[in-house]
Amino acid sequence: MRALDLQDVRFKHRGSDHWALDGVSLQVEKGEFVTLLGSNGSGKSTICMLSNGLIPHALPGDLQGKVEIFGFDVKEHSVAEFSTKVGMVFQEPESQLFCMSVEEEVAFGPENLAVPREELRERVEWALELVGMKGYNDRSPFSLSGGQKQRVAIAAALSMRPDMLVLDEPAYALDPVGRLELYSVLRDLKERYGMTVVLAERDAEEAVAFSDRIVLMKAGRVIDSGPPRIVLREPSRLRNVGVTPPQLSEVAALLNARLMTTENSFLTVEEAERAITEKVLAWRMVKGR
Amino acid sequence: MIPATPMLPREEKIISIHGLRFTYEGGVVALRDINLDISSGEYLAIVGGNGSGKTTLAKNINGLLRPTSGEVVVGGRSLSGRTVADIARTIGYAFQNPDHQLFCSTVEEEVRFGPANLGYPEGEIVKKVRRAIEAMNLESHRKTPPLSMRLGERRRVSIASVIAMDPEVLILDEPTTGLDAQESSELLAKLRRLNEEGKTIILITHDMKLVAEHAKRVVVMSQGRVLLDSDPRGAFSDPELLRQSNLEPPPVALLAHKLSELGIPKDVISPEELVFQIMRERGGP
Repeated sequence: MRALDLQDVRFKHRGSDHWALDGVSLQVEKGEFVTLLGSNGSGKSTICMLSNGLIPHALPGDLQGKVEIFGFDVKEHSVAEFSTKVGMVFQEPESQLFCMSVEEEVAFGPENLAVPREELRERVEWALELVGMKGYNDRSPFSLSGGQKQRVAIAAALSMRPDMLVLDEPAYALDPVGRLELYSVLRDLKERYGMTVVLAERDAEEAVAFSDRIVLMKAGRVIDSGPPRIVLREPSRLRNVGVTPPQLSEVAALLNARLMTTENSFLTVEEAERAITEKVLAWRMVKGR
Repeated sequence: MIPATPMLPREEKIISIHGLRFTYEGGVVALRDINLDISSGEYLAIVGGNGSGKTTLAKNINGLLRPTSGEVVVGGRSLSGRTVADIARTIGYAFQNPDHQLFCSTVEEEVRFGPANLGYPEGEIVKKVRRAIEAMNLESHRKTPPLSMRLGERRRVSIASVIAMDPEVLILDEPTTGLDAQESSELLAKLRRLNEEGKTIILITHDMKLVAEHAKRVVVMSQGRVLLDSDPRGAFSDPELLRQSNLEPPPVALLAHKLSELGIPKDVISPEELVFQIMRERGGP
């Protein structure tokens, strides 16, 4: 059974004559980290909202095709039923945080499920540790930095013990250091906990390094899907669909063009450093320097 | 490569800030002793993490906030005692969230509001509105309600409504937030043209790729102080200093830094430049 299974899905918001999704087939396996990459209007947010039933239940419209979340048909189950399966994190942490303390915020979801007191405490501690916010229990969410707020929003989603986490441009409002904090939490979720993650982004700079798969979208359709090294190989193709290519992909593509090779492909600064250093040292040996 | 741009004479200071301190009601110290001169025609980026004081500084330049101590001089005259409307003739300010600015029922009314409010004669207003609408490519949207438009378009409307007052300086707070790659590059091309026509452009941002590509001068802020005032190359060649301000150089600058032991210059700021430098190591044709 798959975490997410979309087959030939079309969706049009009520009152709109525009297909926000126009024939999308997409499967996400359990334990997979998938990054949906596309410009505004590409359909990536629509997929996020389908993946916990917000579409069609809270945002109605014309939904065609098959959408299954852990084997359950999205049309036949409510958002509340999916709330223990799928955790959701949005662009602006402020739109999600509303409690007086970090602990209340993270406990809110499971408390509503009447989780016993002892287990509730365990879940809160586990979630806060996972996002690197242990010890912040009594702080007001509003006194935190942007990166910290977004990590609390992730902890609040995790305390429901979901099987899949869906994040719609979670770094949108963060400064560069806030972004680094956020992506290191996402990397941990994948590498240490094997969490199934669907991440929507319009800039893949940080997420490429640890995504299993990039799904490139444009105008409600999937244009390409595959490992980051393959999908990001041609920066010009990304530009054509309105996405800024990662700088390291650009460096690799330019080097390949100048050296007439296809071997270069860098997902991290460290990887690029190693490969380029080796190359330069080899050139120097040939030249006897 | 960064395209060559003509060096502009730096003699005329359009903005001059002396010993500026600003403390919010309630005691939060946001600016501590800022000294800064900005010349007419500059393309400047004020960068810093969330809470570094960059937006507070911008609002002290347009008169929305007034210094706790120190002085801001615009166009040779101190802002002290001048009204926000008077300052708006020289300093245009586009908010980070365009919806904080938009309130009229059509784009044309929105863009007209500023110059009409400044009391220009009708003929002059019509001319300024036309120029602003053209500069932001909004000709086909004259009668459209701004709030029905996409974010990228709304931001263009908010900038057009500022340009219509024909200020010498344009301050844009995080102008590309929420825009995708194409919308951003279109907007930045328009700003570049305005700069070439002589407008002083000040970007408030934490988007380092944007700064690398567009700004000619970078003022790095941290905890209410100016940490560094340099060209983008200088700013990106010191990752440690940027991190003090919750910033991170673009990946290509980080990579250049790590490759510096091989003799690659540390101040590389674009993929093209970096590959050029690497290929020099290979030598030959």
